[in-house]
Amino acid sequence: MDINLTINGQPVSVKAGSTILEAAEKLDIRIPTLCHLKMDCFHVDHRSASCRVCVVEVKGRPNLAPACSTPVAEGMEVKTNSLRAINARRTMLDLLLSDHPKDCLICPKNLHCQLQSLAQELGLHQLLFKGEQSTYNRDLSSNAIARDLDKCIMCRRCETACNTIQTVGVLSAVGRGFQAVVAPAGLKPLAETECVFCGQCVQACPVGALSEIDCKYPVWRALNDPTKTVVVQTAPAVRVAIGECFGMEPGSISTGKLVHALQMLGFDKVFDTDWAADLTIMEETTELIERIKKNEKLPILTSCCPGWVKFLEHQFPDLIYMPSSAKSPQQMFGAIAKSYYAQKIGVEPKDMVVVSVMPCLSKKYEASREEFSHDGVRDVDIVISTRELADMIREAGIRFDQLEDRPYDSPLGESTGAAVIFGATGGVLEAALRTAADWITGEDVKAIDFEAVRGLEGIKEATVKVGDLELRAAVCSGLGNARKLLERIRRGEAHYHAIEIMACPGGCLNGGGQPYHGGDETILAKRLEALYRADRDLPIRKSHENPSIQKIYEEFLGEPGSHAAHKLLHTTYTPRKN
Amino acid sequence: MSCQCSGGCGAAGDSEKFAELDRFITELLSRGEPPERRRGNLIQILHRAQHIFGYLPEEVQKFVAERLDLPRAEIYGVISFYSYFTDQPVGRYKINVCTGTACFVKGAPKVLDEFKRQLNIREGESTPDGKFFLGALRCVGACSLAPVVMVNERVYGNMTADKVAGILAECTD
Repeated sequence: MDINLTINGQPVSVKAGSTILEAAEKLDIRIPTLCHLKMDCFHVDHRSASCRVCVVEVKGRPNLAPACSTPVAEGMEVKTNSLRAINARRTMLDLLLSDHPKDCLICPKNLHCQLQSLAQELGLHQLLFKGEQSTYNRDLSSNAIARDLDKCIMCRRCETACNTIQTVGVLSAVGRGFQAVVAPAGLKPLAETECVFCGQCVQACPVGALSEIDCKYPVWRALNDPTKTVVVQTAPAVRVAIGECFGMEPGSISTGKLVHALQMLGFDKVFDTDWAADLTIMEETTELIERIKKNEKLPILTSCCPGWVKFLEHQFPDLIYMPSSAKSPQQMFGAIAKSYYAQKIGVEPKDMVVVSVMPCLSKKYEASREEFSHDGVRDVDIVISTRELADMIREAGIRFDQLEDRPYDSPLGESTGAAVIFGATGGVLEAALRTAADWITGEDVKAIDFEAVRGLEGIKEATVKVGDLELRAAVCSGLGNARKLLERIRRGEAHYHAIEIMACPGGCLNGGGQPYHGGDETILAKRLEALYRADRDLPIRKSHENPSIQKIYEEFLGEPGSHAAHKLLHTTYTPRKN
Repeated sequence: MSCQCSGGCGAAGDSEKFAELDRFITELLSRGEPPERRRGNLIQILHRAQHIFGYLPEEVQKFVAERLDLPRAEIYGVISFYSYFTDQPVGRYKINVCTGTACFVKGAPKVLDEFKRQLNIREGESTPDGKFFLGALRCVGACSLAPVVMVNERVYGNMTADKVAGILAECTD
């Protein structure tokens, strides 16, 4: 049933249960919001109505109403820009700013802060309230996420991200009144909690209270150290998002510009995590087929996503035998760069610096895991996010959007369509299916577009006929969805051969290190489309057909699943105490 | 269940305490509420848990979180919101000095300072031997006896700093 109302004198009809904000959007009337976060594609609707910035006047109602959470009613007369509403909005903003640092110039969210843009939007140029300001120690305990609670405005979007969407359950409002703050239980530093560093809280935070641990300077230092050979790898999802940082349309594929910019920054070799993604598929698919043949340890779970792996270690230690033992592409790349490639070019591993550009903050944590270093030399030395790389490119004075395309360096830069879709939820599974289909049937299977596992939906299922086998597969993105599926598996209610799990809703394209989307889901849809377009446009679309991958098995690793491969490309997992 | 919390929630008898809390929660949850309404029992459960353990150490918070399927951070959030709940061990003798208006003007601050001096702790803390807790509260409704001090359930009226030593001496285990 439709509800009729007027906003600023304009009539509008909306579905019952809609909010005033939604009705206003239909009329193209903008009501400013701050604490509100709504992303239909992930079924997120955070309306704590705590900031009161969206208040409007409703005829006959004594108090102003928060538009984000007030349902419409028949005959309602709403005014969004009455003097009373405008004054109230300004007062709210003024009060928020009275307890917020004014160091915007050096804030990590400078120009991406929704409080800052609100101040601009409301034209606030003087503050009336001068009050006490909260002061907390910054939490830099993890090597992934920085917490600066002086900047927290208590919108609690991070709590929705952490508790409702991801069900990690690390963040909550603590204390009351002026002392209230969002923190882990016991006010522990993040590094001592079961936080998986997915960074969805960083994406959700409208201000600079949550951001990444900045690693740009160590990269600059390495680039300017003549004794070091510095190689860089770029994750699949970076190429379809980094253009946004330079005013390019969301969904632009800027692979060639990305390579060019990295060369201009001074990296000795510009390689591709996609190459290692192809390598991952070789190992993981071998393991999948082996487990299916033996009918043991099923379903096999993907292990590319360090956030998901840490979640499993904390929350499902009894299922720790399920993930593939294959390392993530980032770590496979590091291991190969510092062995095979270092030998090839005659460089000692200690004189090589491997830098990763990742859409992810958890990759910073992953690179620091103990099992990924040998004799004090890490496989991956420094991890920067898509945003940090964009900052470096800007700082170096490079006009990214004007650059000509350049190809990746050889040999760790050649990759396939199967690898580029790793950046989207469903991509890893689809890539594995392409290889499994060929290997199981012994044919060159032509139907390689597995549409059923594509799209932003949180849980997808597909049954794929591979030779005589009916392969049952599932794809999850968002840890809350993963929890639901794993609980069904634990209870014996769901049976699959293979499951892909990514911590971030939508997969890496929506990672915690990607350009801020500010809740605009159309941006994510465009990144998704771009990844599959990149796949279609590549001449080789199956990982096992990558000539550079075939070569490394011939020269160095032997067969997939061989002893040498296991030594370099596989890992183990650790049950973690909560 | 053995307790691994560093705060030391009393070591001996913990398994019985957890069993008691477990029975209480099971009974509450057996009323057949839909799972999404279980969180409504949280405060009642925390009250009982604090009654059983004397305070709410990390292990107890974890236990409640698991039983109610709530994030641990949220349990801590609730505990930190209500001043009644505490995650620190509390002395057996809970000394509370009333600092409401009437007691305040009749000299409660001096009494409070004397307790602090003699116990060598600050307001809101307990002595290291676990014997005394010192707190301040606002108005116990006995203003005619101001200033008032409560030790557990017992009320002392017309308090002065001179009487502090005597009250402490009365507290024998």
